[in-house]
Parts: sequence; C-alpha cells; structure tokens
Amino acid sequence: MSAHANLERRRQAIYGWLLLSPAAILLTLFAFYPSVATLWSSLFSRGTRRNPTEFVGTENYAELFADPTFWIVVKNNLLYAGVTIPVSIFIALSMALWANGKIRARGFVRTAYFTPTVLPMIAAANLWLFFYTPGLGVLDQIGSLFGLPSVNWLGQPETALWAIIIVTIWKEAGFFMIFYLAALQTIPEDLKEAADIEGASRWTYTRRIVLPLLMPTTLFIAVNAMINSVKLIDHLFILTKGGPSDASKLILYYIYEMAFAFFDAPSAAAMTMMVIAVLGIVAAVQFLYLDKRTHYQ
Amino acid sequence: MTTSPFVKLDGVAKRWNGQLGVEGITLDIPEGSFTALLGPSGCGKSTTLRLLAGLELPDEGKILIDTKDVTTSAASDRNLSMVFQSYALFPHLSVAENVVFGLKVRRVPKKERLEKLHRALEITGLLGLEDRKPGELSGGQRQRVALARAIVAGQRLCLMDEPLSNLDAKLRNAVRKDIKKLQRELGITVVYVTHDQTEAMSMADTVVLMKDGHIQQVGSPEDLYSRPNNTFVAEFVGAPPMALFQSSVLEGFGEDKTIGIRAENIQIVPRGEGRMRCTVNESEFLGAETLIGLDHAGAEGLCVLKPGLSLMAEGNEIDIMFSDENLHVFDAVGQRMVG
Repeated sequence: MSAHANLERRRQAIYGWLLLSPAAILLTLFAFYPSVATLWSSLFSRGTRRNPTEFVGTENYAELFADPTFWIVVKNNLLYAGVTIPVSIFIALSMALWANGKIRARGFVRTAYFTPTVLPMIAAANLWLFFYTPGLGVLDQIGSLFGLPSVNWLGQPETALWAIIIVTIWKEAGFFMIFYLAALQTIPEDLKEAADIEGASRWTYTRRIVLPLLMPTTLFIAVNAMINSVKLIDHLFILTKGGPSDASKLILYYIYEMAFAFFDAPSAAAMTMMVIAVLGIVAAVQFLYLDKRTHYQ
Repeated sequence: MTTSPFVKLDGVAKRWNGQLGVEGITLDIPEGSFTALLGPSGCGKSTTLRLLAGLELPDEGKILIDTKDVTTSAASDRNLSMVFQSYALFPHLSVAENVVFGLKVRRVPKKERLEKLHRALEITGLLGLEDRKPGELSGGQRQRVALARAIVAGQRLCLMDEPLSNLDAKLRNAVRKDIKKLQRELGITVVYVTHDQTEAMSMADTVVLMKDGHIQQVGSPEDLYSRPNNTFVAEFVGAPPMALFQSSVLEGFGEDKTIGIRAENIQIVPRGEGRMRCTVNESEFLGAETLIGLDHAGAEGLCVLKPGLSLMAEGNEIDIMFSDENLHVFDAVGQRMVG
C-alpha cells in the first residue's frame, strides 16, 4: 500500500476515535465504572469498626432473598409496572389519535396534555398531595358533595400504591403522547384516502394501518416506560415515603433507604445489580423479539 | 356504450375558504372511455378527481355515477378504485396484502380473494413478488402494485391521479402503453389526471383541458390540437405551442384579434416573397428536425420546423409564408371565431 493511502487510513482512524471519545469518557466515568464498582462492592460484607469488609461472594444476595420486605417491594414494583406501562401507553395513544385529528383548539389540547410532563415531579407530587389529602383534598371535597365518606387515599395500605400509580400515569401519558403525535405526522394522508376508497372503516384503518406503522414508536415507548417504572420514584418522597407499612414502597426507593438510611451499602449494591440485570434482560427481549415483528420505514 | 353517460358532473363547484377551487364543472363521461383531465398545476384537475372520488364534497352541483346520485356518498360507496400519485401503498404490508386489502375489508371469501389476486398480479406482471414489501420494489414495480390494487376488485370506474409523474422518462412511456392496453382489455372507464399534455393526448379518447378551476375545452385530442377553443388551449396543447400574433400584423384581419399558427404550417421562403419578416433567435436540433425560433414585433412563440439538421445563425432575417386556411382566429378576449 502506498504511503499516502496509509496515512489517510490512520487519519480516518484518529478522526473516528476523537469523535467517539467524549461519549466514551463520560459513559465510562458515570455508567460503566460505577456499574462495575457496584458489582464489586455487592460481593463484600458491610464493614464496621470491629468487622472489616471481607469477601462474602453471593451472601448479600442470599440475605436479600430471605428479606420479606424485599419481596413486598418486588411485588409492589411488578404491580406498579404492570399497570402504569400499558395504561399510560394506551392513554397516550388515544390522546395522540384524538389530538392529531381535525378538532377545534388542537394547539390548546396538545399543550394541555403535555403540561404534566413539563412540571417537575416534586411539584406535581405536591399538587396531588393536595388532591389526596383527607378532608381538605379536592377528591374528598367532590366526594362529600355526593355524601361519600372521607378517604385517606395515601394513608391506607389498600389504596396508597394505586394513588401513586395514578400520579405516574398522569405524568407519563402526555410525554408519550408527544412521541405518538410525531409518529402520526409521518403517516402520509393518502394512506387514509386509499383505505377510504377501499371501504375500510376508521377502526379498520387504525387497527390494520396506523397501529402497525406506530409499532417502532410503541416499542421505544414501552422500553422507556419500563425503565421509568423503576426509575421514577420522586413522588414517593412527597406522597407516602413508601408507607404505610411498605405498601407503596418501590425497589429504587428501598435501595435508597438501604444505602442512605440504613447505611447498608453492600445490600443496596446487590439490589442494584439485580435491577440492572432484570432491566437489561427485559429490554433485550423487547428489542430482539418485537424488532422482528416491527416495520421500520 | 350506453345512451346516458356513465359518469356525470353537473355544475360542480368547490371553494376553499372563499377561494376558488373549481367552478361550474359539467362533464359527461361515457362508459369504457379514457378521459384525461389536463391543465397546469393549480387548475383544479386534481380537485375535480377528488370530488369524483368522494375524498372532497362539492359545495354546489351534482355527481352521478352509473345513474346513481353520489354527490354526498362516502368514497367507499361509489364503487370506484383509485391510483394515487404517491401510490399510497401500505408500507408494512406485502404486495399481496396491499392488493387484497380492499377485498379483505369487504369480506370477500378467501378462495375468491386468492383467485382475484392471482389474476391482478398476472395482468400487471407482478407474479413472484407477492411477499415483497413496497420498500423492496423499484418505482415501476410499486406503480404496478398500485395498478393491481386498483383493478383487483373489478370496479368499472378507475381514477388515476398523475400515476406516472414519479417515474423516469423511459419507464413512463412503457407504463403509458401498459395502462392504455389495460383499460381497453378490461373495458373499464378511466379518469386520468395529468399535467403532461403528451400523456393526455396519447392516451385519452377525450381530453378535458382546465385552467383556474374552469373547463376550457372538452374534446378529442385532435379537436384540441386543430380546433382550440381559445388562446389558452392553443398555447397549452402541442409542442411547440401555437404561435400567436396580433391581427394588425397581417392585412385583412382587422384590429383587436389574435391569430394563431402552428409551426408545421409555416414555410421559409426566399426574401421578398413572404408574408412576414422575422429574425432568427435560436436553433434547436431535435434529431429528426430542427426547431428555428423566430422574433417578430407583435408575435409570440413564432417558430418553424425544418427537416434534419439545419441550424440557422442567430440574427438572420428570413421571410415566412403560410396560407390563410391554417390560421386560427381568436376574438379580442381570446375566444375562437367561427371558421
């Protein structure tokens, strides 16, 4: 190979690495290294003044599996994910289909749907705290108009998690709607016209044409919603703090408690590793399985 | 052909926010005919087709298809099919699924569906491509899928909205012939929108020339070419378009009129023997003939065709000759005068 071609190849290689390096450095510093460090520390015992840290292998994990609170939290989080993901996707899709139609005040409707997304979660939680407060809250005020008894939505184990779930759906649906709206804009108008001429009803058109064409977006949103179902816990701090009696405690909140309230870093690390593993597996399944059945334009 | 027209538009008008879409469209289309709606962009030809399809509803007037008043019917109740400019194929469905989409919606039994699919693919030469997605097809193949979808249900009326405009020139000529052949063999009525006069003139039995939402002339291609209703038709139809000049340039035609003449009716004659003296402004070699553009005060678009390669130098002065019987005379507002 001639010298200048060799030089050119090397230049290209350097150029490529330079472009990669900002992301590579930041990800290594704040994602890869912490992950590995967490995995490492999850294998050691909690150090005290008398018992220094020592390698214990999977003992931290075994301890967690024996912890009844851990199983409550897992069950809570599964219910939380199982309800918030499909419901917020369904509501987002319905709102997008509606806000994409030829309706009056379309701009207003879109903005209104999007408002919850713009609000910080802490502010939104305070807002909902006011709704849920027994006696004073808006829900109770409305209930009392119809002679219903006062309900402490956040204060009783049967309703606390559901109250949290509703706040999350309210917060997420508008955000997901924006993605669906953007995707709907890319579906050409004449597909609808062609379907009209073929005699397809609005429902058939939606089911056979629109929904399949929205699949890439749905997949993206589903993965995001799944991650959020683990990640989004800000409102717990305001509304319930995981209570009453762990009824609304989610896994990340429990990790936070472990690490910074009980100062049991190894257990928190072990739990974090399990969350990463589960999220990774589910995301992989979603992408690998659904990707095959998804049409990308 | 039946006595009453298959498709009838009667005084149809459509306005957009008070702006003109189309106005006073009255048109009879016999069964089994090929009608082209021709005109420059924005003339209302596509609007007319969409009104016919039921994708828009008219503000005024009536539309009849097969003696049934369909003015306010939904598109699906009009028993017609349509080929879109963009083909409007469903990108996530295979060729076969695209073609039978309408049959499935209308709950045609599976056996019949497969027979019709096979026939439609056979006619359009798409056999073997059933399982491809539109994204894996060439432009010409996609176009044929759109055609197959239009003919599979056996509707007697087929609307086409500039179906060839996304194809390259060579393919366009081939598909043009295919469409014409298809229409004749199936005996369907086609209403075809185009801005390309070659397409309209070569395919259609009847050409409807439109401008600014109004019909300018309805007639056979030959009619439009040799008896244009007005100066717009004269200038739009034919390549090169008809040359127009003021009547005052020639003796015996009076003032205020416009006279038109086609390039093939003009001869170059020796100096002093012609009726007009012009200056050559360009020579264009077209292969079989050479187009000589001429300048003359009071005339527009004057040109003459010479056989073979015979370029003339720019700025040359030449005399031209033509006989009165080849002249088209238009009145002061551009309407054709009898004769």
